[in-house]
Amino acid sequence: MSRTIDAVVSPTQTNTIPADISGQMLDLDEDDDLEVFSKDLTLADGNMFNASMPTSPGSMVNQCKFEEDEESDSKDIFITVDNPESHVTAIETFITYRVLTKTTRSEFDNSEYEVRRRYQDFLWLKGKLEDAHSTLIVHPLPEKFVVKGMVERFNGDFIETRRKALHKFLNRVADHPILSCSEDFKVFLSAQAWELTTYKKQGPGFLSRMGETVRAVANSVRGVKNRPEEFTAIQEYVEDFSNKIGSLDKVTQRIVKEQKEYLEELKEYGPTYTLWSGSEEELAEQLKGVAGCIERCCKETEEQVGHLSDTLVPVLHEYVLCAETLKAVLRRRDNIQAEFEAKNEALATKKVDRDAESSDLGFVWGSLLGKNPEEARHQRQERLDGEIEELKEEIDKLEDRVEWANNALKGDWGRWQRSMRGDLKSAFLSTAEKNVDYYEKCLAVWETFLLSQRTEPSEETDRDNTP
Amino acid sequence: MMADSGPKEVAVIGNTELTSAELDNNIINTMVEIEKGTSLLRKMEISVAEAEKRTGKNTVNMQEIYTVYLIETRPVDALTEGITPDSLWRRYSEFELLRNYLLVTYPFVVVAPLPEKRAEIVWHKLSADNMDPDFVERRRVGLENFLHRVASHPVLCNDNIFYIFLTEDKDWKEMVYETGFQAKADSRLKAVNAAFRVKNPDGRFTELKHYSDELQTVLSQLLRVRARVADRLYGVYKVHGNYGRVFSEWSAIEKEMGDGLQSAGHHMDAYAASVDDILEEEEHYADQLKEYLFYTDALRAVCRKHELTQFELEMVALDLACKKQQKEELVTGTVRTFSLKGMTSKLFGQETAEQREAKLQVLEQQLKEGEEAVKEKNTETDEFVKTAWVDIERFKDQKDRDLKEALISYAVMQISMCKKGIQVWTNAKECFNKM
Repeated sequence: MSRTIDAVVSPTQTNTIPADISGQMLDLDEDDDLEVFSKDLTLADGNMFNASMPTSPGSMVNQCKFEEDEESDSKDIFITVDNPESHVTAIETFITYRVLTKTTRSEFDNSEYEVRRRYQDFLWLKGKLEDAHSTLIVHPLPEKFVVKGMVERFNGDFIETRRKALHKFLNRVADHPILSCSEDFKVFLSAQAWELTTYKKQGPGFLSRMGETVRAVANSVRGVKNRPEEFTAIQEYVEDFSNKIGSLDKVTQRIVKEQKEYLEELKEYGPTYTLWSGSEEELAEQLKGVAGCIERCCKETEEQVGHLSDTLVPVLHEYVLCAETLKAVLRRRDNIQAEFEAKNEALATKKVDRDAESSDLGFVWGSLLGKNPEEARHQRQERLDGEIEELKEEIDKLEDRVEWANNALKGDWGRWQRSMRGDLKSAFLSTAEKNVDYYEKCLAVWETFLLSQRTEPSEETDRDNTP
Repeated sequence: MMADSGPKEVAVIGNTELTSAELDNNIINTMVEIEKGTSLLRKMEISVAEAEKRTGKNTVNMQEIYTVYLIETRPVDALTEGITPDSLWRRYSEFELLRNYLLVTYPFVVVAPLPEKRAEIVWHKLSADNMDPDFVERRRVGLENFLHRVASHPVLCNDNIFYIFLTEDKDWKEMVYETGFQAKADSRLKAVNAAFRVKNPDGRFTELKHYSDELQTVLSQLLRVRARVADRLYGVYKVHGNYGRVFSEWSAIEKEMGDGLQSAGHHMDAYAASVDDILEEEEHYADQLKEYLFYTDALRAVCRKHELTQFELEMVALDLACKKQQKEELVTGTVRTFSLKGMTSKLFGQETAEQREAKLQVLEQQLKEGEEAVKEKNTETDEFVKTAWVDIERFKDQKDRDLKEALISYAVMQISMCKKGIQVWTNAKECFNKM
């Protein structure tokens, strides 16, 4: 069954579907999604699009508005991730998070869902989304293992950081016009624990996954020959971006470290003034005042560092992971194209084969089988013709696949760039605002102190007075 | 009371043997001067204008590089403002010599300290190298400050050796040595001995000694922590410079965000660079505190001198008491204390009347001398306590004034730093907005 593949970003096909048909497509979601699991994965990409509704008016509006506030009117699904809880079993201890969904989308039976999910479940979902849409850009998950800085998996800060990242991940998926229609996504949000387990067990087995991986590796070894210029440009950008964002991540973490060390020393500094005030009479008040100012500045510094750690560091880290995601997406796109190119080459070879006047070969072959040479040659021609026809069909499908993959990526690329700009701009803005606020608060502290000094009868105005 | 309004060279020209009477006079005179506002600093502009490196042979005939400082002096006179100042070069060791001379000659004065010989409490950016231009510059300022302190001191400003230090190049060293001040210096051993054995020091001096110890501890700690804080602050600011570099590189690959990033990067560079000025200003504050840290040595020196004079008084008084007792024993014939004489006379017979008479005469003489000595020492001690305490009160007021001002200037520095921070980050925010 072939359907018209309608993608918003496809330049060769219609961009809109009348509302009544889009409704039909919605109804068919479920069936198609189930089909995905029983079909050959190589066609999963193409089929997935059949089940999507990228061109319904609602999603068009969404697409236009994705750079705005998440509280836009057209947003019809709200997800929160909160309430981490620890679960202890005989074998392991793990954390689950509550995932709360509120939605008006019709493909959901209810309007509200509350489920508990663990990190593994998120990993599963991401994997499914990437399998189904190998050239769409899926927002990264927080890392599986802690890289540095923290010791325990169950450390409060770590859990909170992870929770926020998981929250962001699900919301990004929900915002994505294509990914949010995924059946896997729906199941993730709505199924109870045991239901999810059953659901996970369906689907392509281990071996067919292996086949896909092997093919992918083989393709990457072969390499793509005629990559379109725009994708080369994107790849170069991604390389550079990856370097820059990695540097920014490191610089920011270094700033946090230096700031924390500064804070430690500052905490010891104030008390030296207090100690001194104990030995003085005239100066005691003033010294205590200075000590107080330094103490208050310590508090402000602590807040500022906290803000940096909570706001800028996670975002930069996310985009470091994004860069890796982008590289993988580009690789997958290349692989799809490489496979297509390989098949084309095979076709060309076959054609050469068929057209070759290799009567000698035919004669030899035929005579071995006891056939007459003319018949043998004819048979061989027929065989090759059949193979060529098959190849042509496969190539057609692969061509479609390449086209679809390219368009998906191109569309998502623009979307990703806008998201990236929005996220990073907002994070840097917030940091700058916090820093201004920090300095303003410290300024107020010292100005108040200065004022208190100047309103006292000043002894220093007339130095020449005899005591 | 001499109401002398001429340049104060009285009593000290080449002669530093001040009798207590002269000392008294000096105090009275200088008090008059204060009222008239005629300390040396008022009459003369003094500055340490420059520093230069010289090479020469040192005492063990080895080549060395040293720094010399240019002292410029000019009478404060509206008419002479256009006139070039007199000047001469002095090295640090000469300042040290001057100060030692003043310490010995005026033991009741809390003599201003010299700036550090070697940079000790530093944070990492400042090198501990004596040849480092920043260090030399700060030392120049410190030396000028020292001269101002001395020139505005009611007693010290009149000293001739000081005046010649400022104005005459040749033979100053010889003149200092000729005063023989080195012979008058109390040995350290003597002072420590006295500190241990003195019985009734003036309570105020004991308190002062404790205070100066406390102040030294507290200021050392404060300065050390401040240096560490400065170090860390430097780190924070400088790392932001990396933002400048990366933003700039990143802006090259972005279309919409490029301009915003580029200009934000410039502000980050500015932020990183601003810390140099901030910390240099703070260094000046640290120097102000350091001066008072070093002042504690001068305070302790005055306390030691008191303990020494008090101890000497006690010794002389004890000696007198001893002699009195001896006389009594001789007169009454009783031997209350054990003495070899007593034993031998017991063993070998009493002395003759003549012998006793002779001894009595000697004792009488000794008693007279002893009483004179006690009287003298008493006066000396009282004088010392009086004059020292006047100067200590002066010092306390000076310290309170100076440190109050220093703390205020510290607050002003912090305010300035905050304002700079606000400006930079507000600018950066504008740039991020354009991204």
